[in-house]
This record gives sequence, C-alpha cells and structure tokens, in this order.
Amino acid sequence: MTTAELAIETRGLTKRFGTYAAVKSIDLSVPHGSVFGFLGPNGSGKTTTIRMLLGLASPTSGEARVLGSAMPRENASVLPRVGALVEGPGFYPYLSGADNLRRLDSADRYAPSRTRGARVADALERVGLSAAAGKKVKAYSLGMKQRLGIANALLTPRELLILDEPTNGLDPQGTREVRTLVRSLASQGTTIFVSSHLLAEIEQICTHAAVMSAGSLVAQGTLDELRAVGRPRVRVETPDVPLAAGVFGKLGMTVEATSAESAADELVAVFGDTTIEPDAIVTALVTAKVRVRGFAVETPSLEDRFVSLTGEGFNVDH
Amino acid sequence: MLAALAAVPILIAIAVRVTRAGSGGAGPAFLDRVENNGLFVVFVALGVCVPLFLPLTVGVVAGDTIAGEASNGTLRYLLIAPAGRIRLLAVKYVGSAAFCLAATLVVCIAGALIGFALFPSGSITILSGDTVSLADALGRSLLVALYVTVSLLGLSAIGLFMSTLTDVPVGAMAATIILSVASEVLDQLPQLDWLHPWLFSNYWLGFGDFLRDPISWANFGTNAWLQAGYIIVFGALAYGRFAAKDILS
Repeated sequence: MTTAELAIETRGLTKRFGTYAAVKSIDLSVPHGSVFGFLGPNGSGKTTTIRMLLGLASPTSGEARVLGSAMPRENASVLPRVGALVEGPGFYPYLSGADNLRRLDSADRYAPSRTRGARVADALERVGLSAAAGKKVKAYSLGMKQRLGIANALLTPRELLILDEPTNGLDPQGTREVRTLVRSLASQGTTIFVSSHLLAEIEQICTHAAVMSAGSLVAQGTLDELRAVGRPRVRVETPDVPLAAGVFGKLGMTVEATSAESAADELVAVFGDTTIEPDAIVTALVTAKVRVRGFAVETPSLEDRFVSLTGEGFNVDH
Repeated sequence: MLAALAAVPILIAIAVRVTRAGSGGAGPAFLDRVENNGLFVVFVALGVCVPLFLPLTVGVVAGDTIAGEASNGTLRYLLIAPAGRIRLLAVKYVGSAAFCLAATLVVCIAGALIGFALFPSGSITILSGDTVSLADALGRSLLVALYVTVSLLGLSAIGLFMSTLTDVPVGAMAATIILSVASEVLDQLPQLDWLHPWLFSNYWLGFGDFLRDPISWANFGTNAWLQAGYIIVFGALAYGRFAAKDILS
C-alpha cells in the first residue's frame, strides 16, 4: 500500500521515558476510509502512541505521518483536519458545555467564528447533549463529559478522527449511539482510529485493527486477516475421550485440550490442513462408537486472538 | 482576588477615619496625608499592596496560566485544536498582563471612591509641597497605576515560565511568589548593593515620583527597561521549555 493511501503511517515509532520504552518501534498503517481499531491491554502504549500522532509528544526515534504530513513538524496544517478525544475529556468545570466547545473552537485559528454557534449546536445535537448544553460541566456525569469530548472532535468536518476509548463511562445506550455515529461518519469517508480494550466494541465497528502489547505492535491487518490466524476448533462432549481422540488423530486433527480442567467429559481439537466437513466428523465419531453428547464448531473470536497475543494475565506488564 | 484587593484601601480608609490616627508619621507611607485629601488612600493602599498582596495575586494568576490548563486536562485539547504553542503562551501572557492592570486599577478605583467618601477632595498638596488641581491629581494617579502595572510585568513573565515547568498549578504559583519575596529580601540587604538594580522588585515603590513637581520619569524608564529585560529572558525560557515539551497531562 502506498503512502498516499494511508491516513496514518508510522515507521519505527519509539518513545522512551528515561530507560523505560513506552512504545517500541511500531509500524502502523491505517488506510484512508477505514475504521481502525487500536487494541491493547492497559499500559500497552496506546495513549502514548496517540499523543505522538497528535504532536503532543515527540517521538524518541522513528517517524509518524498523519494525513500525509510529518508529525509533530507539520502540526499546524494537519491538526485542523483531525478531531480527537485523548485520554478522556478535559473541560473547564465552571463553564457550560456549549461555552467549553466555543472556547476550544476559538483556539482553532482555522475554524470560522461566523459559523461557530451553529457548529457548536450541531455537534451537541449529534451526541445528544442539546438539552444539557447550558449546564455547567461540573454538573455533567462521566458519560455526558465523554459525549461532550466527542462533540469537540466533531466541531468542524474532519478527515480523520482519533478516538481514545470513546465509550468509556457511557451507558449501553450511549455506547450504541457512539457505534452508530462512528458508522455514519465512516460512511461519509472519514477515517476513524479508535483505541479500546473492549474487543466486542472493535469487532462490531471496525474494518481493520492492530494489537499492542507491552509497547510493541504484535498484529495488524483487516479484521478477517486477524481472525483467520486462529483455526476453527471442534468441541465434543463424550464419556469416551480416548476413543474420540483416536478418531480425531485419524482425521488429521490435533487434540488441543481434554477434559482435565472441566467437569464434563469433553475434548477440543483443531482442524488440520485438510478441510473436513463437520458432519463428516460426527459420522466418523459415531461409526467408531463414540457416544457423542454434544458437538460444536467454534470459530475463534477476536478475543481469543487478543488473549493469545497479549497473554492471559491480569497484571499490567512492566 | 479582585474583591480582596478592593478591600485593602477600604480597610485603610475606615481605620484612619475611625481612629483619626493619621498623624505622627508612623505606619505605611503617605498615611498621614490621608486626612487632608481622600486621594491619598489610593497611594497608601498601593504602597501596602505592592510589596506583598499584588505580587501574591499576580503569582497566582501567572502561575496558573499553563499548569492550570494542564491539571484541568484542557491543555491537550487547546494544543490539538490547534492553538499553536507560541500563540497559546502569548495569549496567556497577555491575559496575566491584563490581570496586572485590572488588579492595580481595582485598588486605585476602590481607594479613590472610599477616600472621597470619607475624606475631603478638591485640590491636593503633593509630596513636593506644590498644590495641584484634582484633575491633575487624578491624572497622576493613572500614571501611578501604569507604573505599578509595568512593575508587575516581569513577575508575570517569571510566573509564566514557572507554569510551563509543572502540571501542578499550586507549585508554579508558590514558586513565583517565593521568588518575588526573595527578590524583595535581597533588595533589603545593603551588602548586595551591586545586585539591587537588577532585582525586578527594586523599583516597585518608586511611584512617588509622580507625586512631585516636576514629574521625574527616570525611575519609570529604568523600571520599564528592567521589566522588559525580565519579559524577554523569562519569555524565552518559557518558550524554550514549552515549545518542545511532551504534553502528558
């Protein structure tokens, strides 16, 4: 893919704080028009990467190009075309929601002041905050502040939206509205870069994704490419585990786990290189007099892939 | 803070009025003249506010400029708007300079109002012994206010620089106020005579020049150059620090 087709491109992007590397030489490629999910556990370097993309922090080494221009050198020409929500919303508590947006909009030299009022009202409308526009932000709930943060990113038409954890603190309804909003913006051609640790979220709205783990980029591609790495599995519930394992062996499948960890008698096997129809597997099992009590074919979810890439542990690495 | 500043001349005027203790030459400068003309409340109040109260409020405002935005989480949104880092610094500095002017004017206006309410107005005998008309005296008061405002600009630049060093506004405020006190303490030590002309607080109380005939502009000129020097040095330091700073707040 050529540079011109990428909305975000980084080469060897690295950020060190002292001796600790928060981001280790990552090569991101975000195509124009994609909804790009940026996944990773807490502390994996997602927000630091976003700060570098927005010119808030300068990379220790490597380069970042956003909308074709080098950051942070070309901040002034790139940033007006980018809307962003970084590490939660930040507003003046003693100003109303609408006044906060007006203040931030007037900080943007390129935003026309003539249309400011209309654009602020429109942005508030899009995130469902029109009714609370005149309320002071200190009276807002977390979810309302989050919505206001998204409204700020939508003040002017943007070519690229960078949304860091956009559904944080939102109720299920708000989450769904954000999904709808992202889809509608994407359908108008805006490239959307969403960071999240909520896989279900990403799976529902994204076309592409990348996975960060402990500062490194461990996977990147279209959602299908990422899922395809894991092979479908077959889960069989049976009292005749050894017998079934033998049948799987003959079919060229690898037995992955037996019932050691669960109470039910079951085993899991991974499909081999040759494609076998699930009904053929059942036939083979039954022919071999395996008593089949349950049978399921499981396609790996993004979550399985995510966990296999970033590890099971709950602890923040490093 | 502006209300607290306005309270200073009001308290002074009421104290003088109630106790009639203006004579004797004790207490702050010009205090004994208040009973002759209410306008002197302005100069007494400025004399009281300039060493401590005004630097305190300026330190709070200037120290809050960048660090306050950082602790609020709004700094990152201003920068990606994009406000431009130099532009943001300049706007913030102009804002604190405007506060210096507003703070001084509040003391002056409150002082003049309460002074004229409680004491005689009309023609006024100034420090050199000449008597000038009230209009002339009011003009001189405005010059005094300008002098005090200019005096505080160097401290504002120091506050702006301190504010770029931290994400904790209280730290920047405290550092700025401590520096202003330190400068005044050094100014009191005769052993450091050679240093005095370089201290930003050295000419703070020189506004009495405007209360003599003829008006002497020497202190005003020297003070203005000194403050300009502080603005350039600390403005450059603030820019150097802020332009390349990683915004992690």
